[in-house]
Amino acid sequence: MLCDGNGACALEAPGIFELDDADQLVVLEENPGPADRARVEAAAGACPKRAISIVT
Amino acid sequence: MKSIAVVGGSLAGLEAATRLRQLGYDGSLLIYSQERRQPYDRPPLSKGLLTGVRDTASVALTLGESAQADWRMGVSAVALDARRRELSLSDGSSERFDGIVIATGAAAIRPRAISGRDGGIHVLRTLDDAISLRSRLHQAPARVVIVGAGFIGLEVASSCRELGLQVSVIEARALPLEPALGSVVAGTVAAMHRDHGVDLRLGVTVVAAHGAPQVERLDLSDGTSVSADVVVYAVGVQPETGWLVGSGLTVDGGVVCDEACGAAPGIVAAGDVARWPHRRYGIPRRIEHWDNAIRQAHHAASTLLANPGPPAGYDPVPWFWSDQHGSKLQVAGYAGGADEFRVVHGSLEARRFVGLYRRGDEVGGAVAIDDSKAFLACRRLLLDPEPTWSKVLAGLDSPVN
Repeated sequence: MLCDGNGACALEAPGIFELDDADQLVVLEENPGPADRARVEAAAGACPKRAISIVT
Repeated sequence: MKSIAVVGGSLAGLEAATRLRQLGYDGSLLIYSQERRQPYDRPPLSKGLLTGVRDTASVALTLGESAQADWRMGVSAVALDARRRELSLSDGSSERFDGIVIATGAAAIRPRAISGRDGGIHVLRTLDDAISLRSRLHQAPARVVIVGAGFIGLEVASSCRELGLQVSVIEARALPLEPALGSVVAGTVAAMHRDHGVDLRLGVTVVAAHGAPQVERLDLSDGTSVSADVVVYAVGVQPETGWLVGSGLTVDGGVVCDEACGAAPGIVAAGDVARWPHRRYGIPRRIEHWDNAIRQAHHAASTLLANPGPPAGYDPVPWFWSDQHGSKLQVAGYAGGADEFRVVHGSLEARRFVGLYRRGDEVGGAVAIDDSKAFLACRRLLLDPEPTWSKVLAGLDSPVN
């Protein structure tokens, strides 16, 4: 698994990506709508582990 | 704008090129890259690449999907005429451009008497450096000595311990990373390394190296000696600005830019090479973080194209992480010049905590070891253009956090 809980995604797209109490990533919305595209792309771009991919 | 050159093919250069295309730039785009290899990501070079968990192919960087650019691999810029926006290249050619992105990064500082990787003395900046060091570390050297307890030095020390190697770290300061972390957290980091078997020697410098053709021993300033089969100098980097002498740009600890990352008309800079004033923190700074290379490159691209609007100030809250001995250290903002440090979540003893640094009545920065959810709450509060101490503390107490 690539993700190691840096949380950069959660800063760019709160409500879609969050960290839980064990500091693990939780994806709250696996199928975000078009209005969220920019923030999800920003989240993917900010991830140091390139752990997020957008599958259209 | 019909022609843009990106000078530098690492993270900042690639991100600038990608963002230029995303913003709709459809002219010619040249990327000049000094190294003759596929661009690569730097953070794994002191971590997984050394331990063997990551391989060379896995650290490759690629341009964004839709970005189209012409690459000049193994071609570096050797001079710039900023007024004419004319680059002189290492292949003997020269070319004028409508716009230039300077992203030439920084190079490892080498100890005065030592050059190259000969004699068992290494630096760690490039992938070639990392491959060479990895190869040596996997030969089971009796003792690795790292000079410099900065983030790279401490990550290399962690990687060495993961490989089961004896490792000493020589640091001139009384505490490792004190300017970056303050004395309390620096003390915690020092203890963590010692608990993981690192021989940490603080408040000393290397005065002589013995052994030829391979290093065998280092003499330290406290009169002691340490045996050394591999030496890694991790004493920092300096911005790659030698090629800009005579260019007309202001060079002073990096390419000096305005608030929008502009160095001159039609010329911007981003990443490790750029020094610029940012509103939050006053004095012009250079930031060496991975995250900054990306954000600043995006901003510089926007400034260059004056798209989506006129050039605006780049005013990030800097952020970086460091993985050491299985723990994750993160810092947002600055610890330096703090009037107070306060743990606001967790505990130092548990080595799981978040702390805030107060400067005047504002939060200058936040730090965390292995407490990412609480740290994220701080990062969000620090997005406020005026994160006052009382406002941030109140924000952390509120139910939503």
